[in-house]
Amino acid sequence: MSKRTVELELATPGVDARGEPLRVPLGVAEHPDLAAEHMLINIGPQHPATHGVLRLVVELDGETVVRVIPHLGYLHSGFEKLGEYRHYNQIIPLTDRTDYLSPMANNVGFALAAERLMGIAITPRCTVLRVIACEMSRIISHMVWLGTTSIDLGAFTPFLWAFQERERIYNLQEMWTGARLTTSVTRVGGLMADVPGDFVAGLRHFTQTFPKTLSEIDRVLTRNAVWVGRTQGVGVLTAAEATNHSLSGPMLRASGVAYDVRKDKPYLDYETYDFDVVVGEHGDVYDRYLVRLEECSQSNRILQQALDRLPDGPINIADPRVILPPKSRAMNDMEAMIYHFKQVMEGVKAPVGEAYVGIENPKGELGTYLVSDGTAKPVRWRIRPPSFINLSVLPKMAVGHLLSDLIAINASVDIVMGEVDR
Amino acid sequence: MNRSVDALRATFGPAIGRALESCGDTIVYVGREALRDVMAWLRDTPQQTYDYLVDITAVEYRDRERPLEVVYILRSLTRRTDLRVKVELDPQGDLTIDSVVSLWRGADWLEREVYDMFGITFRGHPDLRRILMWETYAEGHPLRKDFPLRGRFSRAEQVRQALAAQPEAHYSLEELSIAAAYEELPADMKERLRRGERGRLPDSE
Repeated sequence: MSKRTVELELATPGVDARGEPLRVPLGVAEHPDLAAEHMLINIGPQHPATHGVLRLVVELDGETVVRVIPHLGYLHSGFEKLGEYRHYNQIIPLTDRTDYLSPMANNVGFALAAERLMGIAITPRCTVLRVIACEMSRIISHMVWLGTTSIDLGAFTPFLWAFQERERIYNLQEMWTGARLTTSVTRVGGLMADVPGDFVAGLRHFTQTFPKTLSEIDRVLTRNAVWVGRTQGVGVLTAAEATNHSLSGPMLRASGVAYDVRKDKPYLDYETYDFDVVVGEHGDVYDRYLVRLEECSQSNRILQQALDRLPDGPINIADPRVILPPKSRAMNDMEAMIYHFKQVMEGVKAPVGEAYVGIENPKGELGTYLVSDGTAKPVRWRIRPPSFINLSVLPKMAVGHLLSDLIAINASVDIVMGEVDR
Repeated sequence: MNRSVDALRATFGPAIGRALESCGDTIVYVGREALRDVMAWLRDTPQQTYDYLVDITAVEYRDRERPLEVVYILRSLTRRTDLRVKVELDPQGDLTIDSVVSLWRGADWLEREVYDMFGITFRGHPDLRRILMWETYAEGHPLRKDFPLRGRFSRAEQVRQALAAQPEAHYSLEELSIAAAYEELPADMKERLRRGERGRLPDSE
């Protein structure tokens, strides 16, 4: 026999069906250069572990990753090009479809940029409702991340718990906007609709019961030997590397850089809320998990404070050139009808200039860069896509790890291909 | 106005163009030739420390007379300050500009996207190829203003090209040069590799 065999060192003695000790062939001695050959394998674009239509071409030495070449663009929809042909309010439905795991936060990001461009100050009630929209988005996005990542790493139960919580938020979003995913909740200068009467009670009930699920997930995963073994020390990025690669959001903070747009460039009065910026220490997959888990409870805190302070009053600014009149007035009042007509036909004109607004999306810093030439349609609508930029560090993180770790690392980036490809 | 502008003028003089403020952000125009030096200076000077590159993008205006702008949004994480640096290019002229990948690795994909969408070439980029569109995409650069919303080709032509596309074309030449895949390539792709168009040849050849 030229085949060498070795006995597996198992914690418990393993036997096969015939009662023989478990053996595994090590390789055939007649092919000494077998180990020198590299293998090229293709993962995706249709592969559940790539979280969307991402395609990875991986060069492997045995089971060790030598090189990763990501291929994007399978979901490219040309949103930025489309935006140049749309009025500002008509772009908002497009923002739903970029990061479709947190549509409300995208709506808010775009509306804030358009408002800064036009010099509009929104009402207090609208500000608080937008904070609620952003933090609800953060929770559902992190829940999807947690669920899918735990499935990637072999834990099925947290997936069900996480998706159940997400379902409760989706019900609230449906109550508010009529849609679960394509919310389009903001308008330039306000909101599409005020929240319905029992929304506040429903959300308060959610914030009271959600921490229980979080602590259950924490109990199942955080000190779980398999989870810890699969995530600790995998895909490590130092703080300097994370900064140099322009990472943002939990990816940046897990590496120990305490940068959170909500604290450092506050928008929507975030500086008045009491919450902590969650920072990791080692920059590995495990720390990214801890950061996202803790961000969920911080979001829950913000939601509670927002519900406590939710003021009464209008949700839209009182400017008929920007906000559509109610339908009943548009049909009965001549002046309201003219404003309605002008807004629908001509759109809201923005002054010449440009504005960049970054908001802390669940994935990272979602930037909206708008350039106007004085017409009702932007010359350029640029989305700074956080998961696109975070994904660009994947080849660097994965090299030297096993193929199975590549799946964990890719999951830890928290990509959503609608936003990566736009 | 961001104080970095005065410091830039004092250091680089005529290479710094006009500076203006829009919606609270400072925008400074930099000459194309000085870009790489200005960026390195902004990153490494102790009073500036723009250590974080937020975004790279480009803007083409509807007004054909206006130049195409490449926009760099920089941030100092320690000082919590943003600065927007712009470089103007003539859309009819040479659309080449120095790459900043050696300063910020995060510029890698951002510059590839600007190349893909606007056709701006970044000199010194390690792997400048299309990123959102496929490598053999023949219709041009979608975010340019002369690119029609529905693309240059008719729907029938787009379908014809999609059906006639070779799957190999969706691998980059760099990947095709890895290991065993090389032997099974169509002759023309082998030829392109042999010319050293991109990627590296396997050692056996």
